[in-house]
Amino acid sequence: MALYFFTPFIAIILTILGGGIIFYILGFNPIEALKFYFITPISNLYGFSELLLKATPLCLIAIGLSFCFKSNNWNIGAEGQLTFGAIVGGGVALLFYNQEGFYILPLVILAGAIGGMIFALIPAILKTYFNTNEILVSLMLVYVSKLLLDYLVVGPWSNPEGFNFPETRQFSDSSRMPLLFEGLRIHAGIFLALAAVMLSWFILYKTYLGFQIKVSGLSLKTAKYAGFKGKTMILVVFMISGACAGLAGVGEITGPIGQLHRMISPDYGFTAIIVAFLGRLNPFGIIFASLVVALTYLGAETTQIFLQIPKYTGQVFQGMILFFLLASDYLLFFKVKILNLKKNELRH
Amino acid sequence: MSLDISFIGILIGSIMASSVPLILAASGELITERSGVLNLGVEGMMIIGAISGFALMVITDNLFIAIVGSMLSGVIISIIFGFLTQSLLTNHVATGLALTIFGIGLSAMLGKNFVGIPGKEFPILFSSLRESIPFFGPILFGHSIVLYFAFALPFLTNYFLKKTKLGLIVRAVGDSPVSASNQGINVILVRYCCILYGGAMCGLAGAYLSLIYTPQWIENMTAGRGWIALALVVFATWSPIKVLIGALIFGGITILQLHMQAIGFRIPVQFLSALPYLMTIIVLVVISRDSRKIKLNTPSSLGRIFYKEK
Repeated sequence: MALYFFTPFIAIILTILGGGIIFYILGFNPIEALKFYFITPISNLYGFSELLLKATPLCLIAIGLSFCFKSNNWNIGAEGQLTFGAIVGGGVALLFYNQEGFYILPLVILAGAIGGMIFALIPAILKTYFNTNEILVSLMLVYVSKLLLDYLVVGPWSNPEGFNFPETRQFSDSSRMPLLFEGLRIHAGIFLALAAVMLSWFILYKTYLGFQIKVSGLSLKTAKYAGFKGKTMILVVFMISGACAGLAGVGEITGPIGQLHRMISPDYGFTAIIVAFLGRLNPFGIIFASLVVALTYLGAETTQIFLQIPKYTGQVFQGMILFFLLASDYLLFFKVKILNLKKNELRH
Repeated sequence: MSLDISFIGILIGSIMASSVPLILAASGELITERSGVLNLGVEGMMIIGAISGFALMVITDNLFIAIVGSMLSGVIISIIFGFLTQSLLTNHVATGLALTIFGIGLSAMLGKNFVGIPGKEFPILFSSLRESIPFFGPILFGHSIVLYFAFALPFLTNYFLKKTKLGLIVRAVGDSPVSASNQGINVILVRYCCILYGGAMCGLAGAYLSLIYTPQWIENMTAGRGWIALALVVFATWSPIKVLIGALIFGGITILQLHMQAIGFRIPVQFLSALPYLMTIIVLVVISRDSRKIKLNTPSSLGRIFYKEK
């Protein structure tokens, strides 16, 4: 069990080594480049706030995904649920663009969560009632939601005074997440993420639903035998997951962005899949993993500024983390085998 | 838009061209899945094929090297997937996703210096016949060699799976790896070969986009075609000929959508662009409703980890 939570660290170390090799191949001093990548971004208060800012949506989405993945439901369209949540939440924020009031932000957040939930229900319902592959459906919906967002910000929702830029009006101050510190971008959305962590820990480890989810993940046959209502559970885990992604989307547009435009998320929804795995689908593991993966975003930006290495190194690092994590699971497999052998020897 | 006969010929020709990457990638993935391996990295392998093909064309100025190189790069990146899933027994779904994320990032990194460089004209065959024969000319002639290969591929794949001993081995490994292994078949080796073949076809599919169809390098230019190819394999219930039909339907929607945009159809562009993705969902629903039919055709061990006790 200890090894199960230890292998993610092995994966991170291997990724750093792999990254050094890539920087070396690209013709940079690997030590210096890695320093720019992993240390420079968080060497001051502003950088640390940026780290938390990026970790917030990743953590939220990954928490939601952990419900799906634990129960063997492959929702990989969190990016679409994030986008749709942002559209619904953003729509509510735009309704109140010239109004102020304490009730506006809660409404916007709620709308975002519901939006994400509804969007996640599409693959869930198609899976439960039409036996359709949820991987492909949830993924196709990512493209659909992004095109819908594009249509809205170019067409009906575009800012009338915006000189035809593809963006909406600025939200009113009442639709914006309160900032935590003067001069830093970190906002109250981080409390949403922390609340999600606590709540998910409670649901997964202290409730009957959590028990059902874990049993279904380990063995569908056992779950059926125990008489769990599989269909309801699938719908519930997708709704939880969609709501979390929707919250992440709304957190972005009411937090650092403040309006709707085409690029509301640098693929947080996809990257969160890696976060969920790196955190071992464990709520507290996911906090740690979201910080590590957020650093790959920041590092990619810093190396782009200082060394002119394209920022896509971020995705390469993220892909590598997942590769190495999966590979290091082989160690676990071996361990199981060795233990089994010992047991057999004892029996003889 | 006049609907005369020659226009329809040109339309069919362009539908065929747009379905080529789907046919290639889906046929490759079909063999991989028939051996029991679910590789969700199609999009990643395609985009790697696209950039390496284009980069090699710019560097060597030789289209043959570019095409072969794109296939090789597809093979190389699929080795990562093969090693992880077959030798280190990792989860197929997670590994495939990692491959896609990694591939998209790596391609954008490698392609940084190739954005905006114009592509080279790819030689087309029988161009004189294309002009001289009405209707059938634009359908049958004036295409690149890759297109002819793509249209032959489903038939070759069908023949391979149904009529050859190797094809039987691939199917046996996919349907019952344990019995195949007991018969002395090296299951892991067969699966490795199928994964690498899938990688080569996805690489070629990507190169078709960046060398022939578009032809230039644009970041993220595969735009979900890899995922549509994966859906096509399900749509075709793992039968190569149906892959061809499905790919033509999707090619048709893509072209139709472009033409509707061009003639200023009164529907927002974004809704038309969403059509192929929505269509994929609808088709999946219709096909999957009959769960018995799906179960009957799915390779029984698809996505399951196999290892031999030593």
